[in-house]
Amino acid sequence: MTAIDDLFADLRRQGRKALMPFVTAGDPDMEFTGQLLEALSDAGASMCEVGVPYSDPIADGPVIQASYQRSLDKGFRLQQLFDLAASLKPQMAMPLVTMVSYSIIHRIGLEAYVQRALAAGYSGAIVPDLLVEEAAEVSRVCQAHDFNLIQLVTPTTPRERQVQIANSSSGFLYFVSVTGITGERNQLPSDLVENVQWLKEQTDLPICIGFGISGPDTARQLAPVADGLIVGSAFVRRIAEVTPDSRAETIRQVQAFAKELLAAMEDSGP
Amino acid sequence: MTTTPEDAASSSSDAPGNGESALSAAASSQVPDAAGRFGDFGGRFVPETLTQALDQLADEYDKAKRDPQFQRDLTDLLKTFVGRPSPLYHARRLSQAVGGAQIWLKREDLNHTGAHKINNTLGQALLTRRMGKTRVIAETGAGQHGVASATACAHFGLPCVVFMGAEDVRRQKPNVFSMRLLGAEVRAVESGSRTLRDAVNEAMRDWMSSVEQTHYIIGSVIGPHPFPMMVRDFQAVIGKETRGQCLDSFGRLPDCVVACVGGGSNAAGMFYPFVEDEGVRLVGVEAGGRGVEPGEHASPLTFGAPGVLHGSFSYVMQDEDGQTCDVHSMSAGLDYPGVGPEHSYWKATKRADYLHCQDSEALDAFDKLARSEGILAALETSHATAKAIQIAADMPSDQHLVICLSGRGDKDAMELARLRGEAWE
Repeated sequence: MTAIDDLFADLRRQGRKALMPFVTAGDPDMEFTGQLLEALSDAGASMCEVGVPYSDPIADGPVIQASYQRSLDKGFRLQQLFDLAASLKPQMAMPLVTMVSYSIIHRIGLEAYVQRALAAGYSGAIVPDLLVEEAAEVSRVCQAHDFNLIQLVTPTTPRERQVQIANSSSGFLYFVSVTGITGERNQLPSDLVENVQWLKEQTDLPICIGFGISGPDTARQLAPVADGLIVGSAFVRRIAEVTPDSRAETIRQVQAFAKELLAAMEDSGP
Repeated sequence: MTTTPEDAASSSSDAPGNGESALSAAASSQVPDAAGRFGDFGGRFVPETLTQALDQLADEYDKAKRDPQFQRDLTDLLKTFVGRPSPLYHARRLSQAVGGAQIWLKREDLNHTGAHKINNTLGQALLTRRMGKTRVIAETGAGQHGVASATACAHFGLPCVVFMGAEDVRRQKPNVFSMRLLGAEVRAVESGSRTLRDAVNEAMRDWMSSVEQTHYIIGSVIGPHPFPMMVRDFQAVIGKETRGQCLDSFGRLPDCVVACVGGGSNAAGMFYPFVEDEGVRLVGVEAGGRGVEPGEHASPLTFGAPGVLHGSFSYVMQDEDGQTCDVHSMSAGLDYPGVGPEHSYWKATKRADYLHCQDSEALDAFDKLARSEGILAALETSHATAKAIQIAADMPSDQHLVICLSGRGDKDAMELARLRGEAWE
């Protein structure tokens, strides 16, 4: 059992849904990212996805891509990702997962990545460019270390393959809401709800919906359908506005936005 | 449990799929396997969103390959629209000046649009129609693939968007003009290093959102399966013709074949039909840029290591964290940190040799070919010319060396003027 497994077991017992913000490590610097994570935990976020900056992220839209570039321009090194989680207050209960390209995992070595991430305090990894066909070895190593491998299902994934992906994932399943890259959308596909409901009947794994969730309206609409919501670009866009003089203010705004989303998710309850 | 960076570095070399296991076996032409693997290289490392389109493409390509009508359509286009077969030309004055092997030029520069790229874009445009897709996107470095894509799309009446790094838009202006004249939209990519790699990223991102109606015509033997195989097959017409032309011209296969390698499509197309002819030495030439220091060259096969970039496992220039390194070449078409997986396979099996050639050597070779033969070759091609001249000089005069003259140099006139400090009126 990982911290993520425990989290969803608790949430399900309470009939509540997870809010999972995404923040980019080192945007604009590691100290700020650490403060943000603690602030998001205080605001009630259930878990957090920490984006590992990568030079060539093909699944990401302009907002997250630019945040990766800002962090890399500041000299982001992978060691800082591990130092980040290890530096957080021990009482911070919010589980963390890394969103990391397979390019990076392959370079430093699969075992090494899992061991170092686990030792630092991360509970799992989302690897957006690892397809289920290539995932067997990664899945095996993650399982051996009790580290969650969270895989993605998209609107273009045939149903049979969705089940195959669910079977080789752990922690939760990442349901991509739209055919496309990360980023806020005003409108989500009309068959999204039906598709998520179908998949819920096929797997016991919690399902979280991500990509395209822009604010309380989309959150209210989707919360009843899934076990959790992942919100990336809408957070990263707010974080991008930080200046050296507005750090405390930006953190307050990010917290307020998280609370707005949580409130919308609560009052959408059954 | 803690792990030091040193542990991580050592475990990375023990990681599966680092290319070592291919070393023992001889290179085969029966690659890739169903998963798109050339030995350990290749595969598919892309977001799940693209899987269906890649499966559809692999499936449709497989059917087209066995469909005589498709093959007839393509062959007819290559003949009547491109002007194939391209000649194999004996460069007598250059051979004499070098004083070694007889040097032959496979004249891909004489194709319609001035380079080998059109062989692939026509094939993929035919497939686009077969799949019922209504829009095409492409990336381009030097602009040759962009022009070839725009041309194929104009021919078939398909809308075409070409992504091109802003730096490349600057240094390959004539091609940008041509693409627009052909009705394509050229989008300058301002992110990252503003070169070919960023153009590929941007095209992939577009494809993520448009995949249901759009086909992405990748211009080289890179990217996720089935692209490296399919582009190689469309370009293999170069090597097939060369084989026959060598037999006709001097009664046997050549002793050595030389081609430049960026992503590696002209080299793959030239080499592939010779893979199982052990007597034919295959030499790929990467861009050595300004020097051997990181960032000064674009030679992943020489200086890089196996890793994942743009959906495929192959040699790549990465730092120890897996971030793609900036690379340099004066030649936009070679200014790329990765290389096609089949080249990594040929390197691992020692079937091909990979050399690197610096900017200055390529410029000298450009002049030599221009003045001895009256041919302006592309700067990309000039890298192959430079190493071919060195190799030929050490070979006896009764041996034969073929250079894949992948493209013509007109597009580089403005950039050459700039590099030489001459004003362009």
